[in-house]
Amino acid sequence: MEIEEKQPRNIGEIISIVEALIFVADEPLTVKTLAEVLTEDKETVEAAVVELAQEYEQRESGLQIREIAGGWQLGTRTEFHEEIRRFLKTRPSAKLSLAALETLAVIAYKQPVTVPEILEIRGVQSASAIKTLLDKRLIIAKGRKETVGRPMQYGTSKDFMIQFGLKDLSELTSIEDFEDLVQ
Amino acid sequence: MEQPTEQLSFDFKSVQPHIVSETRDEINLELGAFAGPLDLLLFLIKQEQANIFDIPIAKITDEYLKYIRLMKTLDISLAADFLVMAATLIEIKSKMLLPREIIDATEEEIEDPRQELIDRLLEHQKFKNAAEMLYERSTVEQAVFTRGQIESDENNVETNASVFDLLTVFQKILERRKEEIKLEIEREEMSLAEMLKHLCAKIFKAKEITLLELFQEMQTRQELVLAFIAVLELVRTENIKLLQKENFGDVILSYYNST
Repeated sequence: MEIEEKQPRNIGEIISIVEALIFVADEPLTVKTLAEVLTEDKETVEAAVVELAQEYEQRESGLQIREIAGGWQLGTRTEFHEEIRRFLKTRPSAKLSLAALETLAVIAYKQPVTVPEILEIRGVQSASAIKTLLDKRLIIAKGRKETVGRPMQYGTSKDFMIQFGLKDLSELTSIEDFEDLVQ
Repeated sequence: MEQPTEQLSFDFKSVQPHIVSETRDEINLELGAFAGPLDLLLFLIKQEQANIFDIPIAKITDEYLKYIRLMKTLDISLAADFLVMAATLIEIKSKMLLPREIIDATEEEIEDPRQELIDRLLEHQKFKNAAEMLYERSTVEQAVFTRGQIESDENNVETNASVFDLLTVFQKILERRKEEIKLEIEREEMSLAEMLKHLCAKIFKAKEITLLELFQEMQTRQELVLAFIAVLELVRTENIKLLQKENFGDVILSYYNST
């Protein structure tokens, strides 16, 4: 066993192990974690994950390996959701209300943001929408703002990135781009 | 509810921005999906096919108020936000009616009373679009399924618990209760009467005492306040007066014999 461990792995082997690890992980797996488990350097692991994702792509697998919330995750391909739902006997879960979605948009783009600042943009009290978002763990408290009344600031969570399929926050369309759509 | 609805020129159903399967949140379903006054305003502007940069304020204000009148009977807390906007609209409308001062028409642009509202509407519109983008993203994301949790000891602790574990936990809870009962905090408080008595005795003994000395011996904020009130009370009722021997000098409490 000792001798085996010392032998350097070839890239194919690394890809296989990475695949196995992503399969068993409950959450998106970061390259950092993968590198630690494999005791390989990050660049090698990164290349292996990308290669693996491409393999899935090329053979038109029913599964996909994709980058989300700063990690890698194994999931089904979107095209097959109807069949999967029929098998699981589930329906798409309840959507967020318009109020909650708007509040979430404001928080996502303006974070960290306080309740009065959200009110300013939306023109309505958003307390119940904020509570819904907190309950669903889409947003989290991010400390207090050092101003009069020290109001609580909110930002988006990791769950937000997972549920909305974002690699990281910079992947959000720039808010200024929405200006063209106005009118 | 039936009869005012007919007066309105728009149909609530067509208003639904079909984003929502509304459950119980803050929007009143009967009122359509206007999440706020800015939403309603945007809708009215679209309805009138008006340019957002050149809002026919009188017309829009009328339409807006018509809607508010209906709303007020239904949901007061929500209507509050809408009323603020109504007031703003009316203010802008009245400003528009006043002749505008032309200070330097050629060089600087005349401030349009609508400008601030336009800015807010544009900003709001941006976030509405962003919300729609988020909605689309989450819809796509719901079509991806990930593997369910693998059973491991870590995420399945409950099944390993035996009756004895339960007993231990129960014992711990009992112990904790005992500790809680023991915790009694005594209130260390002085009453004004006690403070008066205390100060009186002190002054009778010393005849003269500076306020500074007196207050320094007080340990809590409450004692300080009590001492202060007590001093005032003593000066008023007893043969005690406040003296100051020189300008800015220490204030001295002294006892004197009136007879």
